[in-house]
Amino acid sequence: MRTEELIHALAADRTVAIRPGRAFVLALAAGAVIAATVLLSTLGIRPDFLVVIHTIRFPYKFVVTIALFAASVRLAFALARPGGDVAAAVRTLGIPALLIGVALVVELVVLPEADWGRRLVGSNARLCLMAIPVIAVGPLAALLLAFRSGAPTSPMRAGASAGLVASALAATFYAAHCTDDSPLFIAAWYSLAIAFVTVVGAVIGSRALRW
Amino acid sequence: MALAGRERVWAEWMTAALAGDEAAYHRLLAALAPVLRANARRTLSQMGAPVGDAEDIVQETLLAIHLHRNTWRQTDPIGPWVAAIARYKLIDSLRRRGRRTEVAIDDFADALPDDSADQEEDLGRRQVVQLVDRLQGRQGAIVRAISLEGAGIRDVAAKFGMSEGAVRVALHRGLKSLAQLYRSGDA
Repeated sequence: MRTEELIHALAADRTVAIRPGRAFVLALAAGAVIAATVLLSTLGIRPDFLVVIHTIRFPYKFVVTIALFAASVRLAFALARPGGDVAAAVRTLGIPALLIGVALVVELVVLPEADWGRRLVGSNARLCLMAIPVIAVGPLAALLLAFRSGAPTSPMRAGASAGLVASALAATFYAAHCTDDSPLFIAAWYSLAIAFVTVVGAVIGSRALRW
Repeated sequence: MALAGRERVWAEWMTAALAGDEAAYHRLLAALAPVLRANARRTLSQMGAPVGDAEDIVQETLLAIHLHRNTWRQTDPIGPWVAAIARYKLIDSLRRRGRRTEVAIDDFADALPDDSADQEEDLGRRQVVQLVDRLQGRQGAIVRAISLEGAGIRDVAAKFGMSEGAVRVALHRGLKSLAQLYRSGDA
Protein backbone atom coordinates (compact mmCIF):
# COMPACT_ATOMS: atom_id res chain seq x y z
CA MET A 1 0.00 0.00 0.00
CA ARG A 2 1.46 3.33 -1.01
CA THR A 3 1.06 6.24 1.37
CA GLU A 4 -1.21 8.05 -1.06
CA GLU A 5 -3.42 4.95 -1.18
CA LEU A 6 -3.62 4.93 2.60
CA ILE A 7 -4.52 8.64 2.57
CA HIS A 8 -7.34 7.87 0.17
CA ALA A 9 -8.77 5.35 2.64
CA LEU A 10 -8.29 7.69 5.62
CA ALA A 11 -10.09 10.54 3.86
CA ALA A 12 -13.03 8.25 3.13
CA ASP A 13 -13.44 7.43 6.84
CA ARG A 14 -15.55 10.09 8.50
CA THR A 15 -15.96 8.45 11.89
CA VAL A 16 -14.53 10.71 14.60
CA ALA A 17 -14.21 9.33 18.14
CA ILE A 18 -15.85 11.09 21.09
CA ARG A 19 -13.92 14.20 22.21
CA PRO A 20 -11.79 13.58 25.29
CA GLY A 21 -13.41 16.53 27.07
CA ARG A 22 -16.85 14.95 26.78
CA ALA A 23 -15.49 11.53 27.75
CA PHE A 24 -13.94 13.10 30.86
CA VAL A 25 -17.17 14.82 31.91
CA LEU A 26 -19.07 11.53 31.54
CA ALA A 27 -16.38 9.63 33.46
CA LEU A 28 -16.29 12.17 36.28
CA ALA A 29 -20.08 12.13 36.60
CA ALA A 30 -20.16 8.32 36.66
CA GLY A 31 -17.20 8.23 39.04
CA ALA A 32 -18.84 10.68 41.45
CA VAL A 33 -22.07 8.65 41.49
CA ILE A 34 -20.15 5.43 42.18
CA ALA A 35 -18.02 7.07 44.89
CA ALA A 36 -21.10 8.56 46.60
CA THR A 37 -22.91 5.23 46.47
CA VAL A 38 -19.96 3.35 47.95
CA LEU A 39 -19.56 5.91 50.77
CA LEU A 40 -23.27 6.12 51.66
CA SER A 41 -23.85 2.36 51.50
CA THR A 42 -20.89 1.55 53.76
CA LEU A 43 -19.47 4.25 56.03
CA GLY A 44 -22.09 6.95 55.69
CA ILE A 45 -21.66 10.61 56.61
CA ARG A 46 -20.55 11.53 60.14
CA PRO A 47 -23.63 12.15 62.37
CA ASP A 48 -22.52 15.62 63.49
CA PHE A 49 -21.99 16.83 59.90
CA LEU A 50 -24.40 19.79 60.26
CA VAL A 51 -22.71 20.89 63.47
CA VAL A 52 -19.05 20.62 62.41
CA ILE A 53 -19.72 22.28 59.08
CA HIS A 54 -19.68 25.53 61.09
CA THR A 55 -16.16 24.88 62.41
CA ILE A 56 -13.03 25.84 60.50
CA ARG A 57 -11.05 22.60 60.17
CA PHE A 58 -13.86 20.37 58.85
CA PRO A 59 -14.94 22.49 55.86
CA TYR A 60 -11.29 23.30 55.15
CA LYS A 61 -10.72 19.62 54.34
CA PHE A 62 -13.06 20.06 51.39
CA VAL A 63 -11.29 23.22 50.30
CA VAL A 64 -8.05 21.23 50.05
CA THR A 65 -9.46 18.07 48.42
CA ILE A 66 -11.61 19.99 45.94
CA ALA A 67 -8.66 22.20 44.97
CA LEU A 68 -6.59 19.05 44.41
CA PHE A 69 -9.43 17.55 42.40
CA ALA A 70 -9.75 20.60 40.16
CA ALA A 71 -5.99 20.89 39.59
CA SER A 72 -5.61 17.20 38.81
CA VAL A 73 -8.53 17.26 36.35
CA ARG A 74 -6.71 20.03 34.51
CA LEU A 75 -3.53 17.93 34.51
CA ALA A 76 -5.34 14.81 33.28
CA PHE A 77 -6.95 16.80 30.49
CA ALA A 78 -3.58 18.22 29.40
CA LEU A 79 -2.06 14.73 29.39
CA ALA A 80 -4.92 13.30 27.31
CA ARG A 81 -4.11 15.45 24.27
CA PRO A 82 -0.86 15.45 22.24
CA GLY A 83 0.87 18.79 22.71
CA GLY A 84 -1.22 19.65 25.79
CA ASP A 85 0.28 22.22 28.16
CA VAL A 86 1.35 19.80 30.90
CA ALA A 87 3.80 22.19 32.58
CA ALA A 88 1.11 24.80 33.24
CA ALA A 89 -1.20 22.11 34.63
CA VAL A 90 1.54 20.78 36.94
CA ARG A 91 2.04 24.33 38.28
CA THR A 92 -1.68 24.44 39.16
CA LEU A 93 -1.03 21.54 41.55
CA GLY A 94 0.88 24.09 43.63
CA ILE A 95 -2.46 25.58 44.75
CA PRO A 96 -3.67 22.55 46.78
CA ALA A 97 -0.08 22.06 48.01
CA LEU A 98 -0.01 25.66 49.21
CA LEU A 99 -3.45 25.32 50.83
CA ILE A 100 -2.41 22.31 52.93
CA GLY A 101 1.03 23.84 53.62
CA VAL A 102 -0.42 27.05 55.04
CA ALA A 103 -2.95 25.09 57.12
CA LEU A 104 -0.14 22.93 58.50
CA VAL A 105 1.83 25.98 59.63
CA VAL A 106 -1.24 27.57 61.23
CA GLU A 107 -2.12 24.29 62.97
CA LEU A 108 1.38 23.99 64.42
CA VAL A 109 1.20 27.58 65.65
CA VAL A 110 -2.23 27.38 67.28
CA LEU A 111 -1.89 23.85 68.74
CA PRO A 112 0.17 23.24 71.88
CA GLU A 113 3.09 20.99 71.05
CA ALA A 114 1.76 18.30 73.37
CA ASP A 115 -1.28 17.84 71.09
CA TRP A 116 0.65 17.45 67.83
CA GLY A 117 1.13 13.70 68.12
CA ARG A 118 -2.49 13.00 69.00
CA ARG A 119 -3.81 15.07 66.09
CA LEU A 120 -1.36 13.52 63.68
CA VAL A 121 -2.24 9.95 64.60
CA GLY A 122 -5.95 10.82 64.75
CA SER A 123 -8.67 8.32 65.62
CA ASN A 124 -8.73 6.14 62.54
CA ALA A 125 -5.78 6.40 60.18
CA ARG A 126 -6.13 2.78 59.03
CA LEU A 127 -9.72 3.34 57.88
CA CYS A 128 -8.59 6.43 55.98
CA LEU A 129 -5.85 4.47 54.21
CA MET A 130 -8.31 1.78 53.18
CA ALA A 131 -11.42 3.84 52.43
CA ILE A 132 -9.89 6.36 50.02
CA PRO A 133 -8.45 3.70 47.66
CA VAL A 134 -11.66 1.63 47.83
CA ILE A 135 -13.87 4.64 47.03
CA ALA A 136 -11.42 5.58 44.25
CA VAL A 137 -11.72 2.25 42.38
CA GLY A 138 -14.87 3.19 40.44
CA PRO A 139 -13.74 6.70 39.45
CA LEU A 140 -10.29 5.38 38.46
CA ALA A 141 -11.79 2.76 36.17
CA ALA A 142 -14.10 5.34 34.58
CA LEU A 143 -11.23 7.79 34.04
CA LEU A 144 -8.90 5.21 32.53
CA LEU A 145 -11.69 4.34 30.10
CA ALA A 146 -12.10 8.03 29.24
CA PHE A 147 -8.36 8.28 28.62
CA ARG A 148 -8.72 5.66 25.92
CA SER A 149 -10.63 8.21 23.85
CA GLY A 150 -7.65 10.53 24.20
CA ALA A 151 -4.13 10.12 22.86
CA PRO A 152 -1.80 10.34 25.87
CA THR A 153 1.81 10.58 24.67
CA SER A 154 2.95 9.58 28.15
CA PRO A 155 0.74 6.65 29.18
CA MET A 156 2.36 6.29 32.61
CA ARG A 157 1.89 9.95 33.56
CA ALA A 158 -1.63 9.87 32.14
CA GLY A 159 -2.45 6.89 34.35
CA ALA A 160 -0.93 8.65 37.36
CA SER A 161 -3.08 11.71 36.73
CA ALA A 162 -6.16 9.47 36.51
CA GLY A 163 -5.20 8.03 39.91
CA LEU A 164 -4.75 11.51 41.32
CA VAL A 165 -8.16 12.68 40.06
CA ALA A 166 -9.89 9.52 41.31
CA SER A 167 -8.30 9.67 44.77
CA ALA A 168 -8.91 13.42 45.16
CA LEU A 169 -12.57 12.73 44.36
CA ALA A 170 -12.59 9.79 46.80
CA ALA A 171 -10.91 11.92 49.49
CA THR A 172 -13.57 14.62 49.07
CA PHE A 173 -16.31 12.06 49.74
CA TYR A 174 -14.42 10.29 52.51
CA ALA A 175 -13.83 13.63 54.25
CA ALA A 176 -17.59 13.78 54.93
CA HIS A 177 -17.30 10.61 57.02
CA CYS A 178 -13.89 11.15 58.59
CA THR A 179 -13.82 12.68 62.11
CA ASP A 180 -10.12 13.60 61.94
CA ASP A 181 -10.08 17.19 60.77
CA SER A 182 -6.59 18.37 61.65
CA PRO A 183 -4.37 19.45 58.75
CA LEU A 184 -1.71 17.28 60.41
CA PHE A 185 -3.88 14.22 59.80
CA ILE A 186 -4.78 15.28 56.25
CA ALA A 187 -1.19 15.96 55.27
CA ALA A 188 -0.04 12.58 56.56
CA TRP A 189 -2.77 10.03 55.88
CA TYR A 190 -4.88 11.48 53.08
CA SER A 191 -1.65 12.17 51.19
CA LEU A 192 -0.44 8.62 51.68
CA ALA A 193 -3.72 7.14 50.42
CA ILE A 194 -3.72 9.53 47.43
CA ALA A 195 -0.11 8.69 46.61
CA PHE A 196 -0.94 4.99 46.66
CA VAL A 197 -3.84 5.36 44.20
CA THR A 198 -1.68 7.60 42.00
CA VAL A 199 1.01 4.91 41.78
CA VAL A 200 -1.61 2.27 40.98
CA GLY A 201 -2.93 4.55 38.21
CA ALA A 202 0.59 5.00 36.82
CA VAL A 203 1.21 1.25 36.70
CA ILE A 204 -2.11 0.52 34.98
CA GLY A 205 -1.71 3.50 32.64
CA SER A 206 1.74 2.49 31.44
CA ARG A 207 0.22 -0.77 30.17
CA ALA A 208 -3.37 0.06 29.30
CA LEU A 209 -3.09 3.54 27.78
CA ARG A 210 -0.70 2.84 24.91
CA TRP A 211 -2.01 3.56 21.42
CA MET B 1 6.93 29.42 3.12
CA ALA B 2 6.30 30.83 6.54
CA LEU B 3 5.79 28.07 9.08
CA ALA B 4 3.03 29.90 10.89
CA GLY B 5 1.22 30.29 7.56
CA ARG B 6 1.64 26.61 6.79
CA GLU B 7 0.23 25.59 10.15
CA ARG B 8 -2.65 28.03 9.81
CA VAL B 9 -3.60 26.36 6.54
CA TRP B 10 -3.34 22.92 8.18
CA ALA B 11 -5.63 24.11 10.98
CA GLU B 12 -8.16 25.43 8.46
CA TRP B 13 -8.13 22.13 6.57
CA MET B 14 -8.50 20.13 9.78
CA THR B 15 -11.39 22.32 10.90
CA ALA B 16 -13.12 21.74 7.56
CA ALA B 17 -12.29 18.02 7.76
CA LEU B 18 -13.87 17.67 11.18
CA ALA B 19 -16.98 19.32 9.73
CA GLY B 20 -17.09 16.59 7.07
CA ASP B 21 -15.06 18.09 4.18
CA GLU B 22 -13.30 15.06 2.67
CA ALA B 23 -11.39 17.04 0.05
CA ALA B 24 -9.89 19.36 2.68
CA TYR B 25 -8.94 16.35 4.77
CA HIS B 26 -7.26 14.70 1.79
CA ARG B 27 -5.27 17.89 1.17
CA LEU B 28 -4.22 18.02 4.82
CA LEU B 29 -2.99 14.41 4.95
CA ALA B 30 -1.20 14.82 1.61
CA ALA B 31 0.50 17.96 2.98
CA LEU B 32 1.50 16.26 6.23
CA ALA B 33 2.99 13.15 4.59
CA PRO B 34 6.17 14.77 3.16
CA VAL B 35 6.81 16.61 6.42
CA LEU B 36 6.45 13.39 8.40
CA ARG B 37 8.65 11.62 5.85
CA ALA B 38 11.46 14.17 6.10
CA ASN B 39 11.21 13.99 9.86
CA ALA B 40 11.28 10.17 9.98
CA ARG B 41 14.17 9.89 7.51
CA ARG B 42 16.25 12.42 9.38
CA THR B 43 15.70 10.69 12.72
CA LEU B 44 16.36 7.23 11.29
CA SER B 45 19.61 8.34 9.68
CA GLN B 46 20.68 10.02 12.94
CA MET B 47 20.01 6.73 14.74
CA GLY B 48 21.88 4.75 12.13
CA ALA B 49 18.68 2.85 11.38
CA PRO B 50 17.67 1.88 7.85
CA VAL B 51 16.04 4.90 6.19
CA GLY B 52 13.87 2.46 4.24
CA ASP B 53 11.72 2.06 7.37
CA ALA B 54 10.62 5.69 7.08
CA GLU B 55 7.54 4.98 4.96
CA ASP B 56 6.18 2.50 7.50
CA ILE B 57 6.55 5.16 10.20
CA VAL B 58 4.88 7.79 7.99
CA GLN B 59 1.90 5.50 7.43
CA GLU B 60 1.61 4.51 11.08
CA THR B 61 1.75 8.18 12.08
CA LEU B 62 -0.90 9.17 9.54
CA LEU B 63 -3.14 6.40 10.90
CA ALA B 64 -2.57 7.69 14.44
CA ILE B 65 -3.33 11.28 13.44
CA HIS B 66 -6.47 10.07 11.71
CA LEU B 67 -7.78 7.86 14.52
CA HIS B 68 -7.03 10.50 17.18
CA ARG B 69 -8.08 13.67 15.39
CA ASN B 70 -10.83 13.99 18.03
CA THR B 71 -8.06 15.15 20.40
CA TRP B 72 -7.30 18.31 18.40
CA ARG B 73 -9.28 21.42 19.31
CA GLN B 74 -9.71 24.38 16.99
CA THR B 75 -8.22 26.64 19.64
CA ASP B 76 -4.99 24.56 19.80
CA PRO B 77 -2.03 25.19 17.51
CA ILE B 78 -1.93 22.21 15.14
CA GLY B 79 1.86 22.02 14.65
CA PRO B 80 2.75 20.93 18.21
CA TRP B 81 -0.19 18.50 18.13
CA VAL B 82 1.08 16.79 14.97
CA ALA B 83 4.68 16.90 16.25
CA ALA B 84 3.70 15.24 19.54
CA ILE B 85 1.95 12.39 17.71
CA ALA B 86 4.88 12.00 15.29
CA ARG B 87 7.36 11.87 18.17
CA TYR B 88 5.28 9.32 20.07
CA LYS B 89 4.99 7.06 17.03
CA LEU B 90 8.67 7.44 16.10
CA ILE B 91 9.83 6.48 19.59
CA ASP B 92 7.33 3.61 19.70
CA SER B 93 8.47 2.37 16.32
CA LEU B 94 12.19 2.62 17.13
CA ARG B 95 11.61 0.85 20.43
CA ARG B 96 9.89 -2.01 18.61
CA ARG B 97 12.92 -2.23 16.37
CA GLY B 98 14.97 -2.69 19.49
CA ARG B 99 16.65 0.69 19.67
CA ARG B 100 16.86 2.83 22.75
CA THR B 101 16.46 6.38 21.73
CA GLU B 102 15.80 9.94 22.64
CA VAL B 103 13.89 11.76 19.97
CA ALA B 104 13.86 15.50 20.38
CA ILE B 105 11.28 17.09 18.15
CA ASP B 106 9.46 19.99 19.69
CA ASP B 107 8.13 21.26 16.44
CA PHE B 108 8.71 20.91 12.74
CA ALA B 109 10.74 24.12 12.43
CA ASP B 110 13.60 22.30 10.74
CA ALA B 111 11.62 19.51 9.17
CA LEU B 112 10.63 21.21 5.96
CA PRO B 113 10.20 18.63 3.26
CA ASP B 114 13.19 18.66 0.94
CA ASP B 115 13.11 17.35 -2.60
CA SER B 116 14.80 14.07 -1.78
CA ALA B 117 12.28 13.33 0.93
CA ASP B 118 9.39 14.21 -1.32
CA GLN B 119 9.70 10.89 -3.02
CA GLU B 120 8.06 8.03 -1.28
CA GLU B 121 10.49 5.35 -0.28
CA ASP B 122 9.82 2.01 -1.95
CA LEU B 123 12.06 -0.10 0.24
CA GLY B 124 9.71 -0.59 3.15
CA ARG B 125 6.64 -1.07 1.06
CA ARG B 126 6.48 -4.81 0.80
CA GLN B 127 5.95 -5.11 4.55
CA VAL B 128 2.99 -2.75 4.41
CA VAL B 129 1.43 -4.72 1.62
CA GLN B 130 1.58 -7.72 3.93
CA LEU B 131 -0.05 -5.78 6.76
CA VAL B 132 -3.04 -4.65 4.72
CA ASP B 133 -3.28 -8.20 3.30
CA ARG B 134 -3.54 -9.57 6.83
CA LEU B 135 -6.73 -7.62 7.55
CA GLN B 136 -9.45 -10.22 7.89
CA GLY B 137 -12.75 -10.73 6.12
CA ARG B 138 -15.08 -8.02 4.91
CA GLN B 139 -13.18 -5.26 6.75
CA GLY B 140 -9.96 -6.17 4.98
CA ALA B 141 -11.64 -6.43 1.59
CA ILE B 142 -13.18 -2.99 2.05
CA VAL B 143 -9.95 -1.31 3.18
CA ARG B 144 -8.09 -2.87 0.23
CA ALA B 145 -10.79 -1.85 -2.26
CA ILE B 146 -10.74 1.77 -1.10
CA SER B 147 -6.98 2.14 -0.66
CA LEU B 148 -5.32 -0.11 -3.26
CA GLU B 149 -8.04 0.07 -5.92
CA GLY B 150 -9.11 3.64 -5.17
CA ALA B 151 -12.79 2.74 -5.03
CA GLY B 152 -15.35 5.10 -3.51
CA ILE B 153 -17.70 4.26 -0.67
CA ARG B 154 -20.63 3.97 -3.10
CA ASP B 155 -18.78 1.59 -5.45
CA VAL B 156 -17.82 -0.63 -2.56
CA ALA B 157 -21.37 -0.62 -1.20
CA ALA B 158 -22.71 -1.72 -4.59
CA LYS B 159 -19.98 -4.34 -5.03
CA PHE B 160 -20.62 -6.01 -1.67
CA GLY B 161 -24.38 -5.39 -1.56
CA MET B 162 -24.05 -3.35 1.63
CA SER B 163 -25.44 0.00 2.72
CA GLU B 164 -23.03 2.94 2.56
CA GLY B 165 -23.34 3.29 6.32
CA ALA B 166 -22.26 -0.31 6.84
CA VAL B 167 -19.31 0.20 4.50
CA ARG B 168 -18.21 3.27 6.50
CA VAL B 169 -18.43 1.35 9.76
CA ALA B 170 -16.40 -1.54 8.31
CA LEU B 171 -13.82 0.87 6.86
CA HIS B 172 -13.37 2.57 10.24
CA ARG B 173 -12.98 -0.75 12.04
CA GLY B 174 -10.58 -1.96 9.36
CA LEU B 175 -8.37 1.11 9.79
CA LYS B 176 -8.37 0.60 13.57
CA SER B 177 -7.32 -3.01 13.02
CA LEU B 178 -4.58 -1.86 10.66
CA ALA B 179 -3.25 0.52 13.32
CA GLN B 180 -3.34 -2.41 15.76
CA LEU B 181 -1.31 -4.54 13.34
CA TYR B 182 1.35 -1.83 13.21
CA ARG B 183 1.40 -1.61 17.00
CA SER B 184 1.74 -5.33 17.47
CA GLY B 185 5.19 -4.85 15.99
CA ASP B 186 5.12 -7.49 13.30
CA ALA B 187 5.79 -4.92 10.63
